[in-house]
Amino acid sequence: MIQLTVNGTGQSFDGDPQMPLLWYLRDILRLTGTKFGCGVGLCGACTVHKNGQAVRSCITPMSSAAGSQIMTIEGIGSNGLHRVQRAWMEVNVPQCGYCQPGQMMQAIALLSTTSKPTDEEIDEGMAANICRCGTYQRIRAAIKAAAEEHP
Amino acid sequence: MSSITNVSRRGFLIGLAGTGAFVLGVRYLPGILTQHDSLAYRTDADLAELHPSAFVGINHDGTVFIVAHRSEMGTVIRTTLPLVVADELDADWKRVKIDQAIADRRYGDQNTDGSHSVRSFYDVMRQAGATARVMLIQAASAQWGVPATECKTELHSVVHPATGRRLGYGDLARAASKLPVPKQQDVPLKAKEDWHYIGKGTVSFDLADICTGRAVYGMDAHVEGMLYASIEHPPVFAGKVKSYDAQAPLQVAGVHQTIPIAPFHPPCAFQPLGGVAVIADNTWAAFQGRKKLNIVWDNGSNETYDSDEYKKELRSTARQPNKVVRAHGDVDSAFAKAQHVYEADYYVPLLAHASMEPMVALAEFKDGRVTAWAPTQNPQAAQDIISKELGIPKENVICHVTLLGGGFGRKSKPDYVAEAAVLSKKVGRAVKVVWTREDDIKFDYYNAVAGMYLKASLDSKGKPVAWLQRCVFPPITSIFDVNAVYGDPGHLQQGWTDMPYDVPNLRIENGPAKAHVRIGWLRSVANIYHGFAIQTFTDELAHRAGRDPVEYLLELIGPDCTIDFTGVDYPNYGAPLNTYPWETARLRRVTEMVAEKSGWTKRKRGRGKGIGVAAHRSFLTYVATVVEVEVSDDGTIKIPRVDTVVDAGLIVNPEVTRAQFEGAAVFGTSVARTGEITAKDGVIEQSNFADYPVARIHEAPYQTNVYLVDSDAPPAGVGEPGVPPFIPALCNAIFAATGKRVRELPLSRTNLAKSSWRAFSQGGKSDEYETRIP
Repeated sequence: MIQLTVNGTGQSFDGDPQMPLLWYLRDILRLTGTKFGCGVGLCGACTVHKNGQAVRSCITPMSSAAGSQIMTIEGIGSNGLHRVQRAWMEVNVPQCGYCQPGQMMQAIALLSTTSKPTDEEIDEGMAANICRCGTYQRIRAAIKAAAEEHP
Repeated sequence: MSSITNVSRRGFLIGLAGTGAFVLGVRYLPGILTQHDSLAYRTDADLAELHPSAFVGINHDGTVFIVAHRSEMGTVIRTTLPLVVADELDADWKRVKIDQAIADRRYGDQNTDGSHSVRSFYDVMRQAGATARVMLIQAASAQWGVPATECKTELHSVVHPATGRRLGYGDLARAASKLPVPKQQDVPLKAKEDWHYIGKGTVSFDLADICTGRAVYGMDAHVEGMLYASIEHPPVFAGKVKSYDAQAPLQVAGVHQTIPIAPFHPPCAFQPLGGVAVIADNTWAAFQGRKKLNIVWDNGSNETYDSDEYKKELRSTARQPNKVVRAHGDVDSAFAKAQHVYEADYYVPLLAHASMEPMVALAEFKDGRVTAWAPTQNPQAAQDIISKELGIPKENVICHVTLLGGGFGRKSKPDYVAEAAVLSKKVGRAVKVVWTREDDIKFDYYNAVAGMYLKASLDSKGKPVAWLQRCVFPPITSIFDVNAVYGDPGHLQQGWTDMPYDVPNLRIENGPAKAHVRIGWLRSVANIYHGFAIQTFTDELAHRAGRDPVEYLLELIGPDCTIDFTGVDYPNYGAPLNTYPWETARLRRVTEMVAEKSGWTKRKRGRGKGIGVAAHRSFLTYVATVVEVEVSDDGTIKIPRVDTVVDAGLIVNPEVTRAQFEGAAVFGTSVARTGEITAKDGVIEQSNFADYPVARIHEAPYQTNVYLVDSDAPPAGVGEPGVPPFIPALCNAIFAATGKRVRELPLSRTNLAKSSWRAFSQGGKSDEYETRIP
C-alpha cells in the first residue's frame, strides 16, 4: 500500500507500483488538469510538484511517489488564484491551453528558486516544457509579470 | 459535459442563408437552419424561452446562450463567433453562456479547418444576433404600446428613450418567443460605429478554466463505468494482422480483453487503420498489455517505401515536363533566347502535426445508438464514419465536441473517434481510446512531402522574362481515391497556381506522385512547400540580380492589379473571386509595411547575422514577414525578432489574431528547423519529441511583432496564413547571415557551422555564392 498526499489530502494506492503518477492522478483520482503529452518526460505537459520540486509525473512511478507531497494545478490555487495563474490570465497566455497546467507548474517551481528570473534563466527553467501552439513569448512575459507580484 | 436530453419538437425556425465551407473542393450550405427531429439532443439555446435560430437562446433570467458550432483548438473561435452574435444582439458578454454544438447538419459546415470560420459564418452570426434583437424590440414596443421604431437596445435591455422606460432581455424573452421570426430583409444590422465587440475582441471564454486545470479536453472526457483502450496499429500503412497473442496481455493487472480491429477497405479516408486493441481499467494497464500482444504483421505493398529513394523520384519527376496547370506567353522560346537562365530544386519532407494532446476519444454504444465525446475539428465527419463503421443511421450518433489540445488539421480526420465507437460496441461498455505520442507520430495523416523545380530567365536589369515552376507531391486526395497522384486544384491553388508575379512568360506545372502513407492537411498545407520554394527562389534571383530583396520582391509583384484566373482551375479557397479577388496591391502594401516596421534598410547583415523577407497570400489573407536570425559559429540558430504584417480584411478579435501570428512563427520555426518524417521499409522512423523535435522556448523567436492592417475588406483567415511566409523569410535571413542557401528542409539537414559559410554577392552560378565577405 502506497501512501501519499495529493493537494493536501492523504491518499493510498494498492495498484501497480510501476504505474506512473500521471495515470494515478488522471484515471484513479480523476484530477485531469495534469496532462498526458509524451509519456517519456520530453514535453512537460504532466508537470506536478513532488515535495515542492517540479517533476514529470509521466515518468514518476507510484513507488517513488510514496510518502511524498504532490501538488497539481487543481491544488496550487486552492486559496484563490496563484499569482502565476493570475499572470497567465492577464497576459492571455493560452491558445489551446493543453500544455499550460504543466507550464504554470514549471513556472511556479522556477519562481520558487529564482524570484526574478532573467531571460536566460527563464529559457533554462522552461526548456523542458513544449507548447505546440507557440505561446512562449507570452509565457516569458507572464513569468516576469508574476515575478513582479508579491508571492 | 452536457447531459443527453430527449425533448419533444419545439417549433422554431429561421431561414438564415449561410455560406458553405471549402473542404477539398466540397461545399455545402447550411441551407435552412430548421429545427429537426432526427437527433435526440437539444442545446441549452434550443431549450431557452426565446430561440429564434439554432444559434441563440434567451432565458427568462436574462441568460443568453450562444451556440459555438466550430471546434476550439486554440484559435479562440469558440469565443470569436459568439462575440459577433452578442454584438448584433447588444448582449452583455458577462451574461452570455457558450453552448458547444454537437455534430448536427442544421449548423451548416462544422469542419473547423481551412481558416474560414469567421469568413464563412460572420454574416450568419450577425444575422442570428440581429434577428433576436428585432424580436425583443417588437415585444417591448407591443408591451409599451409604442412604435418599434421609437425603441432601441442598450446592453441587454430594450429602452424607449422618449419615456425612459426599460425592459431587460430576460423579461421580454417569453413575449418575444410568441412573435414570428422576422425575415432577413426586415432585420437591420448594426452600423460599424455601433459595434461593441467586433473589432475590439475579447479573451477566450475558457481562459479561467484553462488556467485552473478545469477545462475539459478530449483526454479528460469521462463517463461512469468506462474502460480504456490502447491500439497497436499496423506499422506499415495498409498492413494487416496475421496473428497475435490474445492471452499474454491478460496477465497484466487491469487488462480485460484484446480485440482485433479490421483493416480498412481502401481508400482509407477516415476509417480506423486496423490492428489490435487492449481494453483495460486504466490507461497505463492498456499500454502495458499492448506490449505483450506479439503481433505478426502482413505489411503489404507499402513495405518497400523508403523516403530517401522517394525523394530522388520526386526530384527527378520535378525535372521533367509535367501537367500544365497555368500558363501564358511562351516560356520555351523565352528560355531559348535568354542569356541568363537560373534554376533551383527545393524539397520539403513529410511533416507530422504533433498536437500536444494525442488522439483520444470516448464513445458509448448503447441500444443501437452511439454517444461520442471527442476533441474533433470535424464532428460531422466523426458522425458519418461512426455511422458507416457500425451500420447505424447517422441520427443515432451524437458526437459531442470537447476542447482540443491542439489540432492543426490532424483532428479533422476522425479515424480515432471511429475506433472508440467500434470498440465500445464490441466491449458493451463505454470505451476511451488513448493514443500514445508514438502512435500520434507514426500514424498521422502527414503533410505531403514535396519536390519543386523553378527556372527563370532574367533581362539585363534582372527582371524575370520567363518563369517555369513545377511541383510534385503525393496528394491529399489519395486518401479518398487510391489512384490519385496529381495535385487537386484545392491544393495546387495554395501558393502555386496563384503565383502573383508580373512575368510575361509563365508556365506552372504539377507532376504525379503516389502516396505510401496517409496524406492530410496540416496548418497551411501546400502553402508551406509552395511558399518556401517561390519565396526562396525570389530571394535567390534578387541576389543574382544584385538587388535589395524587398525592392526586388516589390518589383516582381508589379503594378497593382487583380490576378486574372481565366482558364485556370483556381478555387480561391472556396470564396468567390468578386468578393475576394487576388489583389496584388494588398501584397505590395504588407510588404512595404513590413519593410518599414522592421527597419529593413537599417538592420545589420553578414558575419552570422541576417534578416530575410517573404510575402505570401493564403486563405485569402496577405502576409509579409521579416525574420532576423543569428547563426553562431557552431551553426546554432537564434531568432531574436520577427516582424509580420497581416491584411486579413476585417478582424473581429485582434488580440487573439496577434496570438495566432505569434504562434505561426513558432510553428514555422519547428517546420524549418527540425520538421521531418522519414520512412524505411515502409515504417515511420520517428516516434516522439526526441526524434521529431518541435521548437522549445529558447529555440522559438524571442519577439514576434504583429501588425494588423486596418481594413473593411471582408474577413479572411488568420489561423494558417502566418506560417508560409515565415519559413522562407527565415531561410533568406540565414542566407544573408551566412551565404548558405537553404533549398531543402529541415535546416537540421544543412551544416550551418561557420567553417561552411560562404561569402556572397551577385552573379554566382546555380549553386555557388562566391566573392567578397560582406
